[in-house]
Amino acid sequence: MLVSARGLTKTFGDFVAVDGIDVEVRRGEAFGFLGPNGAGKSSTMRMIGCVSPATGGELRIFGQDPAVDGPAIRARLGSCPQADMLDEELTVQENLWIYGRYFGLTKAQTRKRATELLDFAQLTDRRGDKVEPLSGGMKRRLTIARSLINNPELLLLDEPTTGLDPQARHILWDRLFRLKRQGVTLIITTHYMDEAEQLCDRLVVMDHGRIVAEGSPRDLITRYSTREVVELRFDSDDHADHIDAVTGVAAASRVELLPDRLLVYTDDGDATSADLHARGVIPLSTLVRRSTLEDVFLHLTGRTLVD
Amino acid sequence: MSSSTVQSTATTTAPGGGGRAGRGGHGTREPLSWLERIRAVVGYFLTVYRRTWRGSIIGRFASPLFFLLAMGLGLGSLVDAKAGGVGGLSYLHFVVPAIVATQSMWVAMGESTYQVMGYFKWNKMYAAMLATPLRVADILTGHLLTVVFHLATATTIFVAVAAEFGGFAGWGALWCIPIGVLTGLAFAVPVFAYTASQQTEDGYNILFRMVVSPLMLFSGTFFPIAQLPVWLQPIAWATPLWHGVELARGAATGVVSSPVAAWVHVAALLAFVGIGWVLALRLFTRRLVA
Repeated sequence: MLVSARGLTKTFGDFVAVDGIDVEVRRGEAFGFLGPNGAGKSSTMRMIGCVSPATGGELRIFGQDPAVDGPAIRARLGSCPQADMLDEELTVQENLWIYGRYFGLTKAQTRKRATELLDFAQLTDRRGDKVEPLSGGMKRRLTIARSLINNPELLLLDEPTTGLDPQARHILWDRLFRLKRQGVTLIITTHYMDEAEQLCDRLVVMDHGRIVAEGSPRDLITRYSTREVVELRFDSDDHADHIDAVTGVAAASRVELLPDRLLVYTDDGDATSADLHARGVIPLSTLVRRSTLEDVFLHLTGRTLVD
Repeated sequence: MSSSTVQSTATTTAPGGGGRAGRGGHGTREPLSWLERIRAVVGYFLTVYRRTWRGSIIGRFASPLFFLLAMGLGLGSLVDAKAGGVGGLSYLHFVVPAIVATQSMWVAMGESTYQVMGYFKWNKMYAAMLATPLRVADILTGHLLTVVFHLATATTIFVAVAAEFGGFAGWGALWCIPIGVLTGLAFAVPVFAYTASQQTEDGYNILFRMVVSPLMLFSGTFFPIAQLPVWLQPIAWATPLWHGVELARGAATGVVSSPVAAWVHVAALLAFVGIGWVLALRLFTRRLVA
């Protein structure tokens, strides 16, 4: 067990950011914290990263207590915070060289490692350039490369792809997959469902500082959602007007109301669509899709993740 | 990023990997010694300096020249002609050692205000350092040592240039270098603490207008504080600059009221450094480890 937390709590004055969570992360897995902004994900990550002391509960990383062995634990961690925290006035490789020294690597070790990591992060061409003009995706990859300079056993990624364009996200996911295949344990926070489904073996869903569900993405969908979802958009200001007409339609188990559409949870989307048509319900558009973690979150909290 | 780049590196693997067995050994190396940690932090700040030293070095040479021109040729010739100097010294020899201490204050302010704020807020380098085995005390020590380096460089250049143009009466001027560094540090350390307590740069307006500028004028730099109203004089005693000015002037001119007074000045400056350190460590920790 790489990380274990019991009753882990973080408060800032009266505000309870993390409200007594229990979490265990095993060696080699990719573990996710999923939740909306303000759910307590980053506070949890900062405690695991040993840069923020826990207010209460018990936390062990590599079996050690952050309150006692913070520097020793950090020596074995890699940490990618939400903000890149790069020195943009320095070059790409200087940012890596400097960081290696913080971990006590010799100059030769740091240079060798930096060369390998620049290749891994696809930044070799830009090694001598200042960081400032690089794209958001490149800066993110550099931050990840930097966090790997000490060969960490555990890599913490706080919203790794927030603000990146789709192509940059896919490149980043690919790099993270490679790390995982090589046995690096990943802990990822995200408010993107697709990211959690892509990357995480196991995840917890957080809301208001608490864990509301735990399992693999597939588990959670099976447990808290149906196989498919039919999304209906009507030419109407208030989609609530259409709930009665849709309720009880074939194969469906429940209907969820969103401001701009109705979600019909069903075991057979086609059967549901056909029955709706037979009933004379004519929406502007009908989309049949598989259930995602977004649906799980909606079911558990009554809210969508990204407003 | 073009797709061909992605293709060409598709076989790249992350070097090292996470398993303990295949590790390069440095992840589980001995904990860093205090010296290694400080050197790593200083290494960063010197790397930054390597990018900017050209601009700063020009200022370091120009500043004593401006002062000598204004004070020596301008004000000095007037004072010497009308009043026959100050207490038996030419005005130039009276004022130059004090200006060494004063410019050291300005260098210290430059290094401990916006610079430090930037490492908290803008590039968040302090936070990035804390995600490694480094501790708050390492970061503070390393950064302050870099400030000592800047103070030493600036003061040495100032003294050398001023000496070349006759700003000093004798070799006692060399004492102005360590005195300048200590005076600067007596400002830098408390101002590091102040910066850690500020969320925005707005507080610097008050600091510069209400503290630094008046200090430059009323700490005995340009005239002895005996010229001030009696009720103002104790205020000068409570500021680091007056102690630095008195020390530097005494050392450079050899005119010292008493050895005890000199040690009191040193003790006062060290007190600003020491109390500043305790505050800075506390406020840095409060800000960075939340």
